[in-house]
Amino acid sequence: MTAVVDYGVGNLFSLCSSLKAIGAEATVTGDPEVIKKADRIILPGVGAFEDAAKKLRDSGIDSVIIEQAKAGVPLMGICLGMQLLFEESYEYGRHIGLGLIQGKVVGMKDRIPEELDIPHMGWNALKFHKASPLFKYINEGDCVYFVHSYFADQCEGSLIASAEYGIDLTAAVQENNVFGCQFHPEKSGEVGLKILKAFCEEGKK
Amino acid sequence: MITKRIIPCLDVKNGRVVKGVNFEGLNDVSDPVSLAKYYSDNGADELVFYDITASFEGRQLFTEILTEVASKIFIPLTVGGGINTLEDFDRVLKCGADKVSVNSGAIKNPDLIEAAAKKYGDQCVVLSADIKRVDGKFTVFSKGGRENTGMEAIECIKRCVNNGAGEVVVNSIDTDGVKQGFDLQMLEAVCNAVKVPVIASGGAGNINHFTELFNHVPRVSAGLAASIFHFGEVKISDLKNTLSSNNITVRK
Repeated sequence: MTAVVDYGVGNLFSLCSSLKAIGAEATVTGDPEVIKKADRIILPGVGAFEDAAKKLRDSGIDSVIIEQAKAGVPLMGICLGMQLLFEESYEYGRHIGLGLIQGKVVGMKDRIPEELDIPHMGWNALKFHKASPLFKYINEGDCVYFVHSYFADQCEGSLIASAEYGIDLTAAVQENNVFGCQFHPEKSGEVGLKILKAFCEEGKK
Repeated sequence: MITKRIIPCLDVKNGRVVKGVNFEGLNDVSDPVSLAKYYSDNGADELVFYDITASFEGRQLFTEILTEVASKIFIPLTVGGGINTLEDFDRVLKCGADKVSVNSGAIKNPDLIEAAAKKYGDQCVVLSADIKRVDGKFTVFSKGGRENTGMEAIECIKRCVNNGAGEVVVNSIDTDGVKQGFDLQMLEAVCNAVKVPVIASGGAGNINHFTELFNHVPRVSAGLAASIFHFGEVKISDLKNTLSSNNITVRK
């Protein structure tokens, strides 16, 4: 069973529909006990980093996720959920993340060319940096759907894919059994479904 | 590189797509779910559903349809029509919409954009502005283009973006339905005024109009159209091939 972590951040409708479409057995839950029993964990999220990190801490879900990830359970963060995997974020101040992946989350402003819009919104092509089981059903150059104004930086060690937006923006990361996608696989058509399917085939390491 | 988006817009009334069409392999052209799936399979980057129903029953039906579409089609969905309160945002987001479009009428109520952006994030709030030239000035119209609000469009759009609108659909009443091309002058003016993605709407009559749009106003993020897609005059796959051969980056 795949646990989709519900901690009051964002809309889980599309993610759950996507998992259903690929035939994955998924449970939406905010209960640390249920998350503990899951074969894999998806951490979604949209909104502000500070608020989301606080909700994870206040509900005690943060320590369960860290514990399970360290025990080898496959974990995938999506969008803000990916950013939360990092050590820290500089979105309106400095905030501490789960620290499962090295690097920090910073704003695009002053880092990308002035003429480009923020957020980075729309379909962009993936450039692969390292082989990953997440990409076993897709090809380099396939497009996925992004909506974000902050991005993960200084994470060369875990970078598996980037997208070009004036600079190379971190699109996906992997550190052993911990995966993160800045884009929305649940909104990325067939390509996105294939990424979710690949993740749902990951087992405990 | 970010790709230019192609967005079909579906008007839904009493649970059916208005201006239904005849596509090969598509039996029920006015069924929103079949049509949405058809577009998604054929390369649409995003879909806009516009609820033009006035009745409560029609609105219920619309949300049911939206739920069905969102559970089967995995590309971004924007919903507009009848969005006047935060509860309306909530109602359509719960059914699987990703973005909610607030139309010109609500420009009078900047609090709605601000409150929605705060609650759901800027990326969720789309401003849809109906604009017409009056005495040479870009002016905002409401009520589907029937009522002149007297508001100057560019300043008004800037204000809405400052309040939290994360994307702007510019619908030129002057070019809408004429099929002579997008309103490049108006789009240029809006693109120069804001730093959020701008979507062009109104005036597309053939494939070349899209090439012209993205070449002349490169800041425009997306082109939106209804009838030329619905009536099969333009196939999205053909459109994307042409754009691509003109060095305009699209998703294939």
